[in-house]
Amino acid sequence: MLYFTVRRILLLIPVIIGLTIIMFAIARLLPGDPVALAAGPNATQAEIDALAQQFGLDQPVWSQYLRYVGGLMHGDFGTSLLTRRPVAADIAAYLPATLELVFAAMFLAVALGIPLGLLTAVWRNRWPDYVSQVFAIGAISMPRFFLGLLLQLCFAMWLMWLPLGGQLPIIMIPPPRVTGFLLVDSLLAGDTQVFRSALAHLAMPAVAMSLSPLATIMRMMRASTIEVMQQDYVTTARALGLPKRKILFKCVARNAISATLTVIGLYFGWLLGGTVLVETVFDWPGLGLYATKAIVSQDMMPVIGVALVIGLLFVFANLVIDLLYGVINPKVRYS
Amino acid sequence: MDAPLLAIRDLHLTMSSFDGEAHVLNGIELTVRRGEIWGLVGESGCGKSLTGLSISRLLPSPPARYLRGEIRFEGRDMLKLPISAVVALRGKKIGMIFQDPTTNLNPAYRIGEQLVDVALAAASHDPTILDCPPRAGRRERKRAARRLAAAMLDRVGIPNPEARLDNYPHEFSGGMRQRVLIAMALIGRPDLLIADEPTTALDVSVQAQILKLLKGTVADHDIGVILITHNLGVVAQTCTNVAVMYAGNIVESGPVAEVIERPAHPYTRALMAAIPTKETRRGALQGLGGTVPNLIAPPPGCRFAPRCPLTIPACTRALPPAVDIGAGHTAACIRVEEERAAVHA
Repeated sequence: MLYFTVRRILLLIPVIIGLTIIMFAIARLLPGDPVALAAGPNATQAEIDALAQQFGLDQPVWSQYLRYVGGLMHGDFGTSLLTRRPVAADIAAYLPATLELVFAAMFLAVALGIPLGLLTAVWRNRWPDYVSQVFAIGAISMPRFFLGLLLQLCFAMWLMWLPLGGQLPIIMIPPPRVTGFLLVDSLLAGDTQVFRSALAHLAMPAVAMSLSPLATIMRMMRASTIEVMQQDYVTTARALGLPKRKILFKCVARNAISATLTVIGLYFGWLLGGTVLVETVFDWPGLGLYATKAIVSQDMMPVIGVALVIGLLFVFANLVIDLLYGVINPKVRYS
Repeated sequence: MDAPLLAIRDLHLTMSSFDGEAHVLNGIELTVRRGEIWGLVGESGCGKSLTGLSISRLLPSPPARYLRGEIRFEGRDMLKLPISAVVALRGKKIGMIFQDPTTNLNPAYRIGEQLVDVALAAASHDPTILDCPPRAGRRERKRAARRLAAAMLDRVGIPNPEARLDNYPHEFSGGMRQRVLIAMALIGRPDLLIADEPTTALDVSVQAQILKLLKGTVADHDIGVILITHNLGVVAQTCTNVAVMYAGNIVESGPVAEVIERPAHPYTRALMAAIPTKETRRGALQGLGGTVPNLIAPPPGCRFAPRCPLTIPACTRALPPAVDIGAGHTAACIRVEEERAAVHA
């Protein structure tokens, strides 16, 4: 188990090298002059050159790359051309909001998708199954940003139940930062008013992000449940008089989940990378919004940094999933 | 004479498929009393497993459809009981064991937990199974079920049962897993045990141990057993009675010694002839020509007629009734009397 974990963590090294090389190459291939953009429209050539020199951008690409990787070793993600702040500090500030959103969306998708998948497997080829199938096709094919706009129109503009966007109203004082997760920090501070408001702000973007993974997890769970229900040990359980509910939620569920876990892991990474659109629609102060602003101004250091962090989180999420396999299926643990 | 434990009368079952309705059981008659071990033999697809599954109504319907007949278990017709009443009998009154011990235990749970679940389900219909006060709480009942599970593992011959409860199925050998499954089938103290090819997936030495265990259980607890198998050797070793099935019919049945010594039906004789002996020369295996008939459009009359060496035109007119030839021995063949006369002459 330990050997397995260490090996998977060591695998992160080639992932980091690969990601940085690709991101560096893309950054240099893009047309336009980010330094000139950062220096402003009225800057002279001398000022631009000075800025380039200050950020080491006058050096050859390979030496820039080596310097960047050297910085990474002690947690330095470079400096943003635009804000002149270290990228690491920016990411630390924006990452929790994104993670909060992704966790909330994944929680909804898993907490609803798994039981719904089980139930639609039991009711297969009857009307709840058909309804879920139509819902799944709709949820998977609808773009998230469009769904976000629809939700805003419905719940913020017409019904006025939920705030339009942002993480907290401007007039509200955020709780002292402990974990960076607003929901957790407000609970730690005992501020239920902020907690409720944060939850209301989180609701729509989380739902917009969760529908597609929810539909996929539900359909995967349905398929694997149907497969597991045909296993011999389920017949034995039935033949020995176990109650129907216990067979489904105990004997079948655990075996069916292990096939669905892979999808959950993949979706976690997909959501992390896909927050850009939803965060833009809902003005959510997370990594996606930060990366969008950096891309628009061709400020490459933050873009590379964000890609790197998301890549690492993705690998990490899949490591967690692999470890969960062992928890759910004891056979994996020993081999 | 007291009422039999199980009485199957004129059971007709069809299964619908893409090609049509297959008449898979065609008038099954079977009576099982306490203390009897009935061997149900026949080649693949003859309906022996379907008979076993029908008893506790485990076949999904559709595709299964019971045309007529009854399955009386302790006097009550299983086909007429509401399904909830049937579920209450499963595990508690009727235990089942299946063929492949590697796939019949849930890989995700410790075997102790699986045994406890079956014990608790059975105890919800008969609290006396667990040795604890009637108003015991959940935790106390669970503890009692665990004690019972350990005792059952001990009874089926698993050493160090307390510790083994915490093992997962993949930590047991095939023979041990089948013992666990037998313990699971017996934990609810059933009166009837249906064992569907319980030793087919095991090697010969383990097979003998498992059969001995089954025989011991019948002797100790006076239960009835239906042992489904295609191995006549297993039947001869273990059973008190045997029913030979062919294409959805029981063609011959009776006490095991009687049937094996004096097989009356041509199909039973062909089965016996197919068993190789020490004298069988290489390449001289005795097979039976032809194949099992199509059950969607079965041949008229006796279903064995197309393969039978004794067929006469009358065979294809009507399904031959079971003829009593003495000592509880019956055979469904219209030529059985003249054949016996010829033998004795």
